[in-house]
Amino acid sequence: MQALKRAIWVFHLNTGGCNGCDIEILAALTPRYDLERFGIKLVGSPRHADVLLITGPVTRKMEERLKRVYAQTPDPKMVVVVGNCGSSKGVFHHHYNVVGPVDKFVPVDVYVPGCPPRPEAIIYGVAKAWIKLEKLKEEKK
Amino acid sequence: MSEFTLPVGPVHPAFKEPIQFKFKIEGEKIKSVDIDMGYNHRGIERAGMKRNPVQIIYLSERICGICSFSHPFSFSRAVENAVGIEVPERAHYIRTIIAELERLHSHLLWAGVAAHEIGFDTVLYLVWKNREKVMDICESITGNRVHYGVMMIGGVRRDLTEEHCQKLSKAMEYYNETLTAIEDVFLNEKTIKMRTQGIGILSKKDALALSAVGPTVRASGVPKDVRVDQPYAAYADMDVKPIVPEKANGDIFDRVWCRLVEVRQSIQIIDFCLQNIPKGDTLAEKNIVKLLADLSQAEGEGIGRHEAPRGECTHYVVLNKQPNPFTWKARAPTYNNVLPWVPMFKDAEIADIPIISASIDPCIACADRVTIVENNKTKTLNKIDLHKKSIEKSKRLKKCQ
Repeated sequence: MQALKRAIWVFHLNTGGCNGCDIEILAALTPRYDLERFGIKLVGSPRHADVLLITGPVTRKMEERLKRVYAQTPDPKMVVVVGNCGSSKGVFHHHYNVVGPVDKFVPVDVYVPGCPPRPEAIIYGVAKAWIKLEKLKEEKK
Repeated sequence: MSEFTLPVGPVHPAFKEPIQFKFKIEGEKIKSVDIDMGYNHRGIERAGMKRNPVQIIYLSERICGICSFSHPFSFSRAVENAVGIEVPERAHYIRTIIAELERLHSHLLWAGVAAHEIGFDTVLYLVWKNREKVMDICESITGNRVHYGVMMIGGVRRDLTEEHCQKLSKAMEYYNETLTAIEDVFLNEKTIKMRTQGIGILSKKDALALSAVGPTVRASGVPKDVRVDQPYAAYADMDVKPIVPEKANGDIFDRVWCRLVEVRQSIQIIDFCLQNIPKGDTLAEKNIVKLLADLSQAEGEGIGRHEAPRGECTHYVVLNKQPNPFTWKARAPTYNNVLPWVPMFKDAEIADIPIISASIDPCIACADRVTIVENNKTKTLNKIDLHKKSIEKSKRLKKCQ
């Protein structure tokens, strides 16, 4: 918990989305938006992460992987769903291979709507999750 | 030496199609590769058969977030082909401009990702900083950064104003200047040359036999480009040449070269379009209700082809006097470029896995996890370890010089 005072680390998981949200997440990390100036950093393993950024409507084959990634993330953790299809399946609503949305399998803390949301919206969503994490820490005290 | 099996994936966070590779390795050398797909299958074609063509345009944009203009473009061309809708000349030009803007942003995106894969993050940030300019232009023309939503059967939904044209030509000037720096890094920098020349070779014979498309096949010396072979939209009015290296080795360096020259070509095409864009309508049938009524009475089949940034994108549609199409088939370019991975990976090193898999531009930004299985003992390498290995190789090569 002490580490949160300085920085939060984010793991990004695509559960079968169209890649639109994923490139906006990457755009948020690059010089124009520069997420890293807040200490928010994308990491390569869920075991290092404080926040899970999940995109995509959850396909049948990815369902198991999503649960596993969630289990691998250490507590306390926050889950941020980026994009319409992760929040509500959106345009993929009646598709036979789509079993989502994400909150059917893992508890979600912040929804970022948009198809895809702008990088500013993603940064705002992650900041909201950060505030929630800090509050969690206060309550524990 | 004993053989290992080395699965990579399938959780590849920024992969367009979460994919699993199973490498058979001997020491550091890759002997063969097996590819497991289907993690990203959403059943879009089936769902499309329950929607009407205008709704499918919205859906087809969501096939891929990076080719989000190529798929609706091909689909509209397929429906127009089936029904025989005449697209206004101005709409042709606007479509061409947006298609080339998409190629620009996609190739710049790829250049950054490729630099990241060999541990050259400075170039990633340099390229992505430049890429934001084309995203701004797309936003001002279409209203969106990623899914443009401008395509409509029989034309486009938004017209280009004088202000847009000025912005566009200014942006093209900007790219003409800034691209020089990017080209200089990619074509002359020693590290990039060492990591890309003679690696991931796809011979001309293999490329033809496995029907690769796009820059992947052109880098192997095959002049295959839909814009040239079957000109459409505004490409028919201009002299587009397929970008093929003079002495094609089919290695990663050639693919880098092809994409960089294509970015220049896109700028030229956009400049030509801006100078020659005619006045007039942008949509053949403005009333969507009437358009849908016409389409529900139509019968026939149509094919739409478009040269997407990654290669040829083909859509096939059968209309059967129903509100919904009877069949819809979409073939994305990456689908063709999956099999050419097999000869590319043969005899490559483990450290080259990231750059080879990125070299066909499947939108891979990180390979999440690698597991080495030997005599039932499992050793897990995650994306960071793999990336570290890749950086180490760059350093090692530099020392040898």
